[in-house]
Amino acid sequence: MSTLLDVKQLASQRAGRTLFADLSFTLQAGAVLHIEGENGAGKSTLLRSLVGLVELQAGTIQFFPSEIELAQEWRQHTLFMGHKSAVKAELTALENVALQAQLSGLTQVDAWQLLETVGLLGLEDLPAGQLSAGQQRRIALTRLWYSQAPLWILDEPFTALDTRGIDLLQQRFAQHIEAGGAIILTSHQALTWQPEQLQRLRIQGGDL
Amino acid sequence: MNRASSWTALTAIMKRDLMVVMRRRSDILNPLLFVLVVVSLFPLAVGPGPDILGRIAAGVIWVAALLSALLGSERLFREDYLDGTLEQLTLQPQPLPLLSFGKIAVHWLLSGLPLVILAPLCALLLKLPLAGWGTLMATLLVGTPILSAITAIGAALTVSLGRGGALLSLLLLPLFIPLLIFASGAVEAALVGTAAWPQVLLLAGLSLLTLLLAPFAVAASIRVSVN
Repeated sequence: MSTLLDVKQLASQRAGRTLFADLSFTLQAGAVLHIEGENGAGKSTLLRSLVGLVELQAGTIQFFPSEIELAQEWRQHTLFMGHKSAVKAELTALENVALQAQLSGLTQVDAWQLLETVGLLGLEDLPAGQLSAGQQRRIALTRLWYSQAPLWILDEPFTALDTRGIDLLQQRFAQHIEAGGAIILTSHQALTWQPEQLQRLRIQGGDL
Repeated sequence: MNRASSWTALTAIMKRDLMVVMRRRSDILNPLLFVLVVVSLFPLAVGPGPDILGRIAAGVIWVAALLSALLGSERLFREDYLDGTLEQLTLQPQPLPLLSFGKIAVHWLLSGLPLVILAPLCALLLKLPLAGWGTLMATLLVGTPILSAITAIGAALTVSLGRGGALLSLLLLPLFIPLLIFASGAVEAALVGTAAWPQVLLLAGLSLLTLLLAPFAVAASIRVSVN
């Protein structure tokens, strides 16, 4: 079983407040890491600092420590999705999906198929700005269906989704885990799906 | 990172920006209309005599171009910042300066190039003598990429500040001064019959230098802004 992520003694401060300090964990292939904590505890900051969007105060993050090739191009093999969905309000659902895929380096992707998967067929030619928050979220989430990245880092992936959307997403998670991937996610909801290796990490604004 | 994927991502970004702006045409048209309005106000204010108008024409057109560049500058990265696109760009495996260059190029295509095309009309409105038309268009052609590039740096720096508009103008205008001096100097030279090409070439050099370095500054600013 290979390690996908090795985090040692991570520390972060925001606005003079210590969010977490001396935080260490490793993530194996096939594992799900569920990060819990209250609003403002620093969950998003943790995820953002993992991918380098927030500067680290201390600590080291090693992606794919056992595979040098992957480690060198870890950005390509890591998928991060934040709060904001990066969906363009002016473009239609179909255009958003197609351009999103092209940004991920795929030129041949069946955008129609993806829209059907996430249940947006019939809405493909409406500007995304006219769709609901949950539907926009679904547009963004199509990335998960073609992503080749073994490591997924998802900040509140279930936000704005209805129960069927959440089920659909968890099915996709299960496939990803089965294929040897790993997921780090934050969520206030408990997962209805029980992965075999579920790690929990609780952040409590300062004292862990 | 291989070349093919960089190219794919770059074209995706440029295509997306072009499509978004095409759906919001007022963003392109407003700055151009602004230039036209400013230019057409001058004959009314200064008087229609060709001796004064013709002499200040190049300067007026260039000042109007600078101000119009500032007009839309705040929105250059605003939407991208708000909807998370900027964050996603920084996480792309491709080099961020390259992607920033794509954004600058699209901005120029939609704001600088139309200005070059509009230049003869402005020149006509201000009775610029025919001898200066070619030089005016040449200075706009090589000068407007500088406008786009520097505006992009400022916009990327201030995008997270909320209302950064006034600050942005203060930051950018001093940087445009050399551009203004050489551009109007070149047209002036053409009008009095001396060679204008030294100034135009100097502008072209400045333009290349800016286009080469600005993407790195924009990339660094984006990284600071999404932090």
